[in-house]
This record gives sequence, C-alpha cells and structure tokens, in this order.
Amino acid sequence: MPQMVPLLAQANSAETFLTKLIDGLALGSIYAILALGLVIIFKSTQVLSFAHGAVAALGAYLAAYFVTVINWPGRYFESLPVTLSFIISGFVAVAFAALVGMLIERIFIRPMIGQPLFSIAMITIGIDIVVRTFVGDLLGQGGNLSVGSPWGILSISKFGEIVVPHVFIAAIVTVVVVVGVLILFFRTRMGVAMRATAFDQEAAMAQGISAGRIFALAWALGAVLAAIGGIFASISPRGFGVTGGTAFFALRAFPAIIIGGLDSIAGAVVGGFTIGIAEIMLGHYLAGASGTLGLGFTGLIPYLLMMGFLLIRPYGLFGTEEIRRV
Amino acid sequence: MLEVSNLEVVYNDVVLVLRGLSIEVPDGKIVALLGANGAGKTTSIRAITGLLDVHEGDITKGEIKWQGERIDKKDPSDIVKSGITQVMEGRRVFAEMTVDENLRTGAFTKRGTSKEAYDKVYDMFPALASRRKDTAGYLSGGEQQMLAIGRALMADPKLLILDEPSLGLAPKLVQQIKQIIVDVNNTGVAVLLIEQNANMALSIASFGYIMETGKVVMDGNSDKLLNDEDVQEFYLGLHGTGERKSFRDVKHYKRRKRWLS
Ligand SMILES: Nc1ncnc2c1ncn2[C@@H]1O[C@H](COP(=O)(O)OP(=O)(O)OP(=O)(O)O)[C@@H](O)[C@H]1O
Ligand SMILES: [Mg+2]
Repeated sequence: MPQMVPLLAQANSAETFLTKLIDGLALGSIYAILALGLVIIFKSTQVLSFAHGAVAALGAYLAAYFVTVINWPGRYFESLPVTLSFIISGFVAVAFAALVGMLIERIFIRPMIGQPLFSIAMITIGIDIVVRTFVGDLLGQGGNLSVGSPWGILSISKFGEIVVPHVFIAAIVTVVVVVGVLILFFRTRMGVAMRATAFDQEAAMAQGISAGRIFALAWALGAVLAAIGGIFASISPRGFGVTGGTAFFALRAFPAIIIGGLDSIAGAVVGGFTIGIAEIMLGHYLAGASGTLGLGFTGLIPYLLMMGFLLIRPYGLFGTEEIRRV
Repeated sequence: MLEVSNLEVVYNDVVLVLRGLSIEVPDGKIVALLGANGAGKTTSIRAITGLLDVHEGDITKGEIKWQGERIDKKDPSDIVKSGITQVMEGRRVFAEMTVDENLRTGAFTKRGTSKEAYDKVYDMFPALASRRKDTAGYLSGGEQQMLAIGRALMADPKLLILDEPSLGLAPKLVQQIKQIIVDVNNTGVAVLLIEQNANMALSIASFGYIMETGKVVMDGNSDKLLNDEDVQEFYLGLHGTGERKSFRDVKHYKRRKRWLS
C-alpha cells in the first residue's frame, strides 16, 4: 500500500485534486469488489464473514503461487506475454478461491444453520485466524511474495490509440464484475433463486430451490470477489506482492459495506468508492494540514467513516433498516 | 395418490403437534382439510413438503407415501420434482421481485421452462398478465394470492396443496379463487385444500377431513359433512347465535365424537 502523505504541504491546486480523485477512484474500485463479495455472502446467508480478508489474502497468494513460484502457464510457453500468462494464472487462482469458499461453507457454515448468527460470526473469526496463519506460513520468513509485474513497469499501456493507465485496470474489472453480478442476479435462473432465498428462505425451498446449493454458490462467489480484490491489492500499482497486510487491507470491505448498507449491491459499490476516495483525499489534505496525525492515519480513515455512519445511519446509505441489528 | 398414515410430528423435540394423522388424496380429486386455529393443518403440509426442518420439527412416527413411494425422508426440492407443490399460508410471494421473477422461481425445478408455461399461467390470471414487470409487493392481496398459485403451478404439479388461500380476502375474491381451484383441478391436478372457510372448501371438494389437536376427528364425503349438524355448528357458523362456539364446547364436541365412534 502506497503512502500518500506528502513531505511538504502542497498547493491545493485543482490539478492535485483531480489526481487524488482519480487515485481515490482506483483504490475505491478494489474496495468495491471486495465489498461486493461480502454483501453477496451476507445477502444470501445473513452471515457477515469476518474471514473475508483472509480469503482475499489466500486468493492473492494462490495467484502469486501460480505466477511467481511455479510460473504457470508461462513455463510451458516461453513466448507467452507476461500479461496474458498472469491473467490465466489469475483465473486459475480465482477458481481455486471459489473452491475454498465452497469448502468453508460446506464444512463450517452449513452445519451451523439454525444456530444464532452470533455463533456463526464467531466461527468466521476462527476461519479468519486459521486461513491467515496458513497464508502467513506459506509466505514464510520474508512475509512477502511478489505477484510479478503483470502490466509491466510503466504506469500506462497503449493499445494503438487507446491509453490505459494501470491504476484503472482494477476499475475496469470492477465494472465488468458489477455488470456480471447484476446479470447473474437478474437474468439467470440461479441468480433469481439466490434473491428469492435471500428474501424468504422457506418460500424459496417450497419452490424446490435447494438452500444449501444457494449458500454454497454465495460463498463461492464471495470468495471469488475476495480473491480478485486481494490480487489487485497485491499487484502494481497498488501493492508490491502478497504480505500479511493484504488481509488487513481487504478487511476495509467492512467499512465499505457498513457505509453502503450490508445488504445492498449498489451500496457495496458506492461504499467502496466512498472509502477509497475518502482515504486518498482526506489522507492528502489532512496530512498537509497537520503533521501530528501520523503515517498510519490514512488507513484509519475508512474505519473512522464507518464509526460515524454507525452512529448516524447504522443501516448505511442503501441498506434495509431492519438489518442493523447484527 | 398421497397417503399420510399415523403421522406424528414433534417441534423442538418436545411439542407434540400431530398425533397420528391419517389422510388420503386420490389422484385428480379435491380433498378438503379443515380445522380450527392451531389444529396442525400447516404442520401437516410442512411434513408432506419436507419443510419441517426449517421449523425444528421432526416426524417421529408414521409415514407419507406419494405414488406408492415414501417421501417423508426426502428433501423439499425432490418432493417438488416428484410433483407436489404448495401455496403457502400467507401467500409468501417474493415481494421485492417482479411478477415474472416470482413465476420463474416456481419453475426452478423445470429447467428450460418454455414461454408457453408462463403464458398458461397468465391466461389463467389476466390480472397478473398486465403487471408482469411490476414488483410483487405492490400487488393487492388477491393478486398476490393468484401469483402464489401461479408460482406453484409453474412447477407443473400433480398435487397442489393450498394452505388457507381464502384467508383475508373479500367474498368476491374468495369466489374467484374457488373457481381457479376448480379450473386447476379440471386439468387433472389433485388438490389438497386447507381451509377455515369450510363452506367454500366443502362446496368444491369431493371429500373432507376435519382435524383437531393433531388428528382427524371426522371425515366423509363433502355433502355428508356439509349436512352434518356438528360440522354446521362448529365450522360453518350456522348455529343460533352466529358465533363460533367456545373452546369448552369444542372439547365437549370431541368427547361426544369419541362417544359416538
Ligand atoms: N415452529 C414451531 N415450533 C413450535 N410449535 C409450533 C411451531 N409451529 C407451529 N407450532 C404449534 O403447532 C400447533 C399447530 O400449528 P399449525 O400452524 O400447524 O396449525 P394450523 O392448523 O395451521 O393453524 P392456523 O389455522 O392458525 O394456521 C400450534 O399449537 C402451534 O403453536
Ligand atoms: Mg396454518
């Protein structure tokens, strides 16, 4: 994670403002993907997964493993462009993450159905610790595994006339993911079944929808989005590899969904962008105004915003009012 | 044919709600299941459709057979696939979803449901046809009941179970629902109709069961039940004062029944 604290207070020019806004949007799009995964799990199963950050880190680790450790599929095709090889590895890592999500649901969550939500939340904390420790062991001594430089070392790529700043790749992926999720939920048989189950589980079961399968799907999807977010958090220009901090970074999906509303897809996206922009902008301007806030301050901004929202509007911008008692 | 025999259901391992319930629904017939609040009607349906788990309920005795096969250990989706669907008590439409989407959930077990299947339901319920894209939560109570029935029909059932479909509806709508049930039955679908409106149910059913505290206390052809003095008094509201009799009288009724049998 880059530190945005300038050494000297800059002039607050319009240009700086714009640069910071773009930077905030780019960061926010990663939060939005992570938050979307959390919301899908919550909406479908009423469970807030505190293991989301750990799953994101695991997904990022899997990507790093395929890219850096075993160089797959690049090792078999020497002429394969790095970017393409990375994308393929990324897809494989994400598929593995889906499997992990399904396993978590099957092993830990399904047997807990009917138990108080509090107990299930506690279970996810347990899963978080286990997965994070596991990833930490995999990372080993240095505690950092590079995912390579999939986009090369420059900050932009040119495709003929089109110039793509690398900070925007995550944003483009976010758009694709959001559109994909909307198509899933509103156009497909499984998606409609997921929404029905979220609304009234028993009535959905009475239609022959298997709640277990829906839960598994939701966790798989949640883990996929966590992994994508984790990967983007670990590659340039946002990060420099998978570290212990990756899970911590991904946990900011929580402030995002609390701001947006726990059960709202739109809320996850808006919440993600809100904390991304706030983190960069406030980090920049407040650090300029006061040197006493310290370097860690930017990372706290999402949580401070979250606390503010919990006091003023506990169900978030788009959330359902009843849901605030979690 | 649906055969429920000697069914016992317990909630939370302690509350015995069904105490040896036995009913039958022959193919293609309408059968009424009547009873006062708390008699265990909804519980019977949950048992038949595999939804007891959701309520911490268990079948502790007896069995349920459908087309000769036991279904009391099957899960709800297999039961729907085998041809039994229900219209739940209280309609339970997916209020946040559109009319179309609600029907789509009903067709979940039928992959690749054709446009014709939707059209068939919309033909049956013209009031819904003009509101396909509307949110179900904004429909009137009667329209929601029709949607709930249409949704259940999307699974192409051989047996349709309706749990108090007339509840809370104006008399005119009750007549409409009644006609719909008859129409559905005319397409060859057997119907198990749970009602507190005994008059309505018995007027279209060929056979009726009356249950109290978890078991059948009386059964017979509909006209026999309609003309039975006790039934008239306790379920059709035809006795002198125009009010239902008190709980004590119901107990008395039960005692008398046992005496007679
Ligand atoms: N989930 C549950 N846990 C414990 N007891 C229950 C549960 N559901 C129902 N009961 C009890 O079982 C009995 C029968 O309930 P049921 O809903 O089956 O009756 P019903 O005949 O459908 O009544 P109504 O006409 O009011 O719908 C009632 O005494 C009720 O309190
Ligand atoms: Mg009932």
